[in-house]
Amino acid sequence: MGAGALVAPKWSWAVPSFADITPGPASVKKKLADVALNTATSLGATYCDVRIGRYLNQYVITREDKVENLVNTESYGAGIRVIADGAWGFMAVDQLTPDAVAKATKEAVRIAKANAALQSEPVILAPQKGVGEVSWKTPLTKNAFEVPIADKVALLMDVNKSALKAGANFVNSLLFQVNEQKYFASTDGSYIDQDVHRIWPVFQATAIDEKTGKFARRASLSTPCGRGYDYLDALPSGKRPGVTTRYTDSYDMIEDATAAGAQVREILAAKSVVPGQYDLVLDPSHLWLTIHESIGHATELDRVLGYEANYAGTSFATLDKYRSGNFKYGSPLVNIVADKLQPGSLGAVGYDDEGVPAKKWDLIKDGILVNYQKTRDQAHIIGQKEGDGCSYADNWSNVQFQRMPNVSLQPGKEPLTPAEMIKGVEKGVYIIGNGSFSIDQQRYNFQFGGQLFYEIKNGEIAGMLRDVAYQSNTQEFWNSCVAICDKSDYALGGSFFDGKGQPGQVSAVSHGSSTARFKGVNVINTARKI
Amino acid sequence: MAFLSESEATGLLKKVLSFSKADECEANLSGGREGNLRFARNAVSTSGESDTLTLQVQSSYGKRTGITTLNEFDDASLEKVVRRSEELAKLAPENPEYVEFLGPQAYPKPAAFIESTARVDPAYRAAAGLASIDPCKKQGFVAAGFQSDYAGFAAIANTRGLLGYQQETGIDFSVTVRSGDGTSSGYSVADFNDSTKLDTGALTHVALQKAATSRDARAIEPGKYTVILEPAASVDLISHMITSMDARLADEGRSFLSKAGGGSRVGEKLMDSQVNIYSDPYNPEIPGEAWADDGRPRKRVDWIKGGVVSNLSYSRYWARKKGLADEGTPGLGRNRNHSVGVFEGQPGFIMDGGTASLEELIKGVKRGVLVTRMWYIRPVDPQTLLFTGLTRDGTFYVEDGVVKYPIKNFRFNESPVIMLNNVEALGRPQRANGSLVPPMVLRDFTFSSLSDAV
Repeated sequence: MGAGALVAPKWSWAVPSFADITPGPASVKKKLADVALNTATSLGATYCDVRIGRYLNQYVITREDKVENLVNTESYGAGIRVIADGAWGFMAVDQLTPDAVAKATKEAVRIAKANAALQSEPVILAPQKGVGEVSWKTPLTKNAFEVPIADKVALLMDVNKSALKAGANFVNSLLFQVNEQKYFASTDGSYIDQDVHRIWPVFQATAIDEKTGKFARRASLSTPCGRGYDYLDALPSGKRPGVTTRYTDSYDMIEDATAAGAQVREILAAKSVVPGQYDLVLDPSHLWLTIHESIGHATELDRVLGYEANYAGTSFATLDKYRSGNFKYGSPLVNIVADKLQPGSLGAVGYDDEGVPAKKWDLIKDGILVNYQKTRDQAHIIGQKEGDGCSYADNWSNVQFQRMPNVSLQPGKEPLTPAEMIKGVEKGVYIIGNGSFSIDQQRYNFQFGGQLFYEIKNGEIAGMLRDVAYQSNTQEFWNSCVAICDKSDYALGGSFFDGKGQPGQVSAVSHGSSTARFKGVNVINTARKI
Repeated sequence: MAFLSESEATGLLKKVLSFSKADECEANLSGGREGNLRFARNAVSTSGESDTLTLQVQSSYGKRTGITTLNEFDDASLEKVVRRSEELAKLAPENPEYVEFLGPQAYPKPAAFIESTARVDPAYRAAAGLASIDPCKKQGFVAAGFQSDYAGFAAIANTRGLLGYQQETGIDFSVTVRSGDGTSSGYSVADFNDSTKLDTGALTHVALQKAATSRDARAIEPGKYTVILEPAASVDLISHMITSMDARLADEGRSFLSKAGGGSRVGEKLMDSQVNIYSDPYNPEIPGEAWADDGRPRKRVDWIKGGVVSNLSYSRYWARKKGLADEGTPGLGRNRNHSVGVFEGQPGFIMDGGTASLEELIKGVKRGVLVTRMWYIRPVDPQTLLFTGLTRDGTFYVEDGVVKYPIKNFRFNESPVIMLNNVEALGRPQRANGSLVPPMVLRDFTFSSLSDAV
C-alpha cells in the first residue's frame, strides 16, 4: 500500500479494535441456535431457521484535506423464522441468552399462527438436505478491518490531494468496509458459519466555474466488491488502458483521482449533447447498472409473481413468456448468467440465508429467457425442486427474502477490444461510469446517465460530451446489442445498496460484462435553466 | 428492554458518560419495537416484529473525534463502546472543522407518542390486512400491501450537560390493487402517529376504485402537460428539494442555489408566489423530532416564503464560518451515519395550500393529467435539481374538469424548482409520507417518454 508511505502521519499506527473482528466460536452459537430450533419444534412449527449475526461496518469519511468522520458500527442479535400452521412468522431479538431466544421463538410461532388465518395456501418449502456443521469465508489476503486506520486516512488524503492538484475544486472520499459474521442453523440439520467481507473505496471530484455558476462532478470508477483491502493494491494487471484507465479486480485510487481532477474540468467545457439516435458503446463500469435494473430485477421470481407489487413492482418477464421457451429478451449475443460463486463479487457466499449452497445458472441463453432467481418457497410455483441460494437479509433484525445473485453478461466469443469496437461506429456515444438511473415498476422503460461521455464520429473519439442520458425499453435495448468485447475486457461493477422490500432492506450485488455496443438508442439532453 | 422510559434512558446514558476519559463525549440512545405485516397475492407473505436498542458514542480529544455504535448493554459492553470511540478518536487526525458539543438545550416534547399505536399487536395487524385483502378478493382483484408500526424513543446526553428524551409512535399503510389479469392498477397510502386514524378498508377502497377505472389505458403523446398531482405523487420530489437546500454547497458553487459570480440565491424568487414551505416539529398533524442529529433543537423554519428562497440549512461549522449570530438551522435531511434505531424517518415539511379538495381542483382543469403516484425518482442534474421518474398505479386524462379515461404511464424529467414555479392551483394539504402537502395543479410538466408498465 504505497500510498500510506507518502504522507507522514501525525497519529498512531495502531489498529482500532473492533474487539470482535474475529468471529466467536461456532459451538457457542450452535447451542443458542438449538434453543430456537427445539423451542419451535416443540410448539408445532414444521420448519425453523435461526440466524445469529454480528455485523461490523467501518467508514472513513473525508473531504479535501480533512477527515470528517471515523465511524465503527457493530450490531449483534438473532432473527428467528418459523413455519407454523402453514404460515411464516418472524421475530428478532438482541438479547442472546437462551431464555430470550426461546421467548422470541415462541413469539415467532405466535405471529405465524395469527397469519395462518390470512393464508390461502400453506407455504411449500423446496427440500434442502442439511449440510451439517460447515464454514465459509470470503477469500482475501488483507482483512480491511486489520489495516491501520492511519493507512486508510493516508490513502484518502493522497486521493484528495491528487484530484485537487489535477484541477478539482472539491473532493469527497469515503472508504466503506463491511464484515458480516453470520451463523445459520435450521431444522434441516444445517449449522453454517460464514465470515463475509466487502469493501468500497469511492470519491467524487467537483469543479466549479464561479463566473457562470456552473459546476461538474465526476465520481470514481471503482467498484464495491467482495474482497479485502487487497482490492486497493493498484496492480497493473487490474488496469485497462483507453481514453481513460478503467479497472477490473485491482484499483488504483490515486491514479483514478488524478484523472478525475482533470476530467471534471473537461466536463465543464464539454459540448452539450445534441439529442437523437446514437450507437452506444457501454463500458462495464456503466453497463453493470443497466444489467442490474433491466435484467437483474426483471428476472426475480418474487417480482414476477407479484410479491413486490406494492413497492418495487412486478416484471414484464412474465411466466407465459418464460414458458413459451422462445421469448427474445435480447439478441442472440446476449447470454446472462446468475452466479453466487464468482470470486471477488459482492454476492459470493458459501450458502444463502436459508441454507442453500451457492450455485451458478443461466437466466438468458442466446437471447432467450430460460430461468429466474428464486427462494425455496417459490420453486414449486414454476415446477422446480430447489432454491437458487438467493435468500438474504441485511441484518439479524430483518427477515430474509429473495435477493438478486450476481447477474452478468457473458463476454463475446470472438476477439474484440473496445478500441476495435469504436472503430466500427459512425455516430455514437462511449459511456464510462454509472450515473443517474431510473426504471419503471415492470422494468420496461429506463433512463441512464453516466460519468464520462465521449462522442464517437466515424470510428474516432471526437471529444467529450455533457448533459447525456439515454432512454430505452428493456427488450428493444437488449435486442439492439450488436457486439460484445471478449473476456479480456470483462470487469465487475456493482452496488452496495440495492434496495428492495418492505420494510426496506439493502443487498450488495455485482454485475459483470465486457464493453458492449447497442444500435440506435435514444439520447436526450438533460440541461435546463432555473 | 428495547423501549426505555425517560429515567431508564437517561440513567443508562449517564452511566455511559461516566466511563468517558475523553475531552468530551456525547451518547445517543434509541430503540423500540417495530412490527409489520406484508401481504401480496391476497395473502400474507411476511410478518414479524423486532426490538432494537442502539447506542452511539462519540468521543473527542481536542479536534480529533471517533464514533462507535453497539447494541449490547451490560456494563462491560457500555465501557467497551466508550473505549472504542476514544481509541478511534486518538487515531483520527485533527479536523479543523470540529465544533465542540452543545451545552444544555431546551427540548419541548412534540406530541408524537400515542399509546394506542404502541399497543398494536399481531392480531391488530392481521385484522388490518384482512380488511384490505378481503374486498379485493371478493371483487376479483389482487392486493399487495404493507402495514408497519413502531413505538420508539430517542435520548441524547453529553459531558457538557446536554440531555434530551423523546418518544414517538407511527403507523404506515400502503396498498397496490391490481386486476387479476394485470391490466390495471391502483394505489393508496397513509401514515399517522395515531393508529386509531388508520382505516385500511377505506384506503383499499380508493385503490380498488383506481384499479377498476384504469383498465384499457390509452397512449397519449409525451410532452408538456398540465398535471394534477396528488400529495402522494409530489411529496418525494419536494422533499428532495428541501433536503438539498444546504448553505455550504450553495456558497461553494455546487448547488442549484449557487449564484453566477459567487454566493447563494437566498432571497431570490424562484417559485410561484403561492408557494410557502416550512418545517415545524410541533405541528400537531406531523409532530416531529425535538432535536437534530447534532443536538440542535428543531424549530419552525421557513424554507420557501411567497416563492422566495428564505433559509438554507447550516452545519454548526459553516454557521460560525459565515458569522451567523446563532448556530444555524439544521437541515431536514439526516446524516445516515448518525442515524440509529427506529428514529430513522426524515423530518417532514409543510406546504401551505388552499381549501379545495382534489375533486374540486380537477373540476378547474381544462386539459390535464391526474397523477396518483410517482416512482423511481432519481437525480439527473444537481445544477438544476432535475429529477427523472415515472407515474404509476393510476394515471388519468382530465378534460373539461372531468376524469375522462386512464392513460399509459409516463417518464418525466422535471425539476421541483421549475414545477413549483408553474403552480396553477393548490388544494387542502393532507399528510403524505410524514409531510403535509396540498394536491396541486401545475402547468407545463415535462413528460419525456411513454412506459408500458401497469
